[in-house]
Amino acid sequence: MINLGVTAAEQGLYSCHVCGLLSKCHQTGLSGFCPRCGTRLHLRKNDSMIRCWAFLISAYILYIPANLLTIMETGSLFKHRKDTIMSGVVHLWQTGFEGIAAIVFIASIMVPLFKLFVLTLLLVSVQRRSTWLIRQRTWLYRVVELVGRWSMLDIYVVTILAAVVQIQSLATVTAGPGAIAFGAVVVLTMFSALYFDPRLIWDPLQKKRTT
Amino acid sequence: MPNYPTHLIACHECDLLQREIELPLGGEAHCPRCGAMLYRSSSGTLDNTLAFALAAALLLVIANAYPLLGIDIQGNTNATHLFGAVRYLWNHEMHLLSLLVGVTTMIIPALEIAMMLYILLPLRLSIIPAGTPFILRTLHSIKPWGMIEVFMLGILVSLVKLKDDATIIPGVALWSFGGLTLMLAAVASSFNPRDVWHKIGTASSREQQHD
Repeated sequence: MINLGVTAAEQGLYSCHVCGLLSKCHQTGLSGFCPRCGTRLHLRKNDSMIRCWAFLISAYILYIPANLLTIMETGSLFKHRKDTIMSGVVHLWQTGFEGIAAIVFIASIMVPLFKLFVLTLLLVSVQRRSTWLIRQRTWLYRVVELVGRWSMLDIYVVTILAAVVQIQSLATVTAGPGAIAFGAVVVLTMFSALYFDPRLIWDPLQKKRTT
Repeated sequence: MPNYPTHLIACHECDLLQREIELPLGGEAHCPRCGAMLYRSSSGTLDNTLAFALAAALLLVIANAYPLLGIDIQGNTNATHLFGAVRYLWNHEMHLLSLLVGVTTMIIPALEIAMMLYILLPLRLSIIPAGTPFILRTLHSIKPWGMIEVFMLGILVSLVKLKDDATIIPGVALWSFGGLTLMLAAVASSFNPRDVWHKIGTASSREQQHD
């Protein structure tokens, strides 16, 4: 008999993360496969915490060169400038493109910082088995998953500009090493968010009730 | 007897067990505990989804076959394709960046559309194509990495950055990318993998009844 109001894991039921089917696991050992779609089943994502931390720490390390190194070099007959992410935003603002400057600022500076901060908060609170603001933390996780991809904006802008602005001696744009570091930060934080298992936020609640 | 409980699902974000209920057309079911969207009923018919997917495929071909944009600075012109931009980065020792852009804007979207058509065309003829579980599983895992909509915003930001220093010659691909962004969003909102899983589920339980 299955009681409602409890988690699938408490009942020994595996929920497939791809097709959503609930199944009992007959295989011996830690994991089996979903009878409908063949995905490997886990009660919770495998080594979720350790993988998240690994990607997150790498992202923190690369966040430094991503912001300090040049992301784009612009050269023309009259001027030559090297832009980091922040100086690019400031330049846009000063040349009168406030709206675009705001979009780039949100996508390239606010979003990565928000992701690093929220993922750290989630990982630390899950490790401390905290029951503090559970719903809100789940919501933060959802936002991180949703907005992460938009940080790729600057990478695409640099790619397009570098390819199109290639007019010998008049104007050239080249991508700088900062772009690689920045792209890596985006990818690493996306992996970290993908490996995070939001059900871990809720698990302390179940344990508390049963004890 | 199938070896899994029917009409029960677990929330993918907090693992709460709950009974599945019927939804009105276009309705959504949310988890009462964490608020995650559990499932939704299809907002469009199979015909809608197929039409959007075919349009997306056509636009993807055009978007890659024609130049994205060109510039004109004092009579000197230069234009680029998306592939040209990716190749430019590759030729300038930016291999990682080139791969990142190529995978997220060309390979993943192309794979996504091809897989959708592979599933949708036979389904329209009431056939479940071979390997559907594998295809749906792959679609699920590559989905976060297709970033056409972010790329589209990248194009817009690039246009604004260029507009003071050069005359912009918009390419055919520019409009195609706009259309592709809309079509991919339409496919995502009208395609409901859950319906396909249900079809597969009933097919396998029918086999079990015959056994």
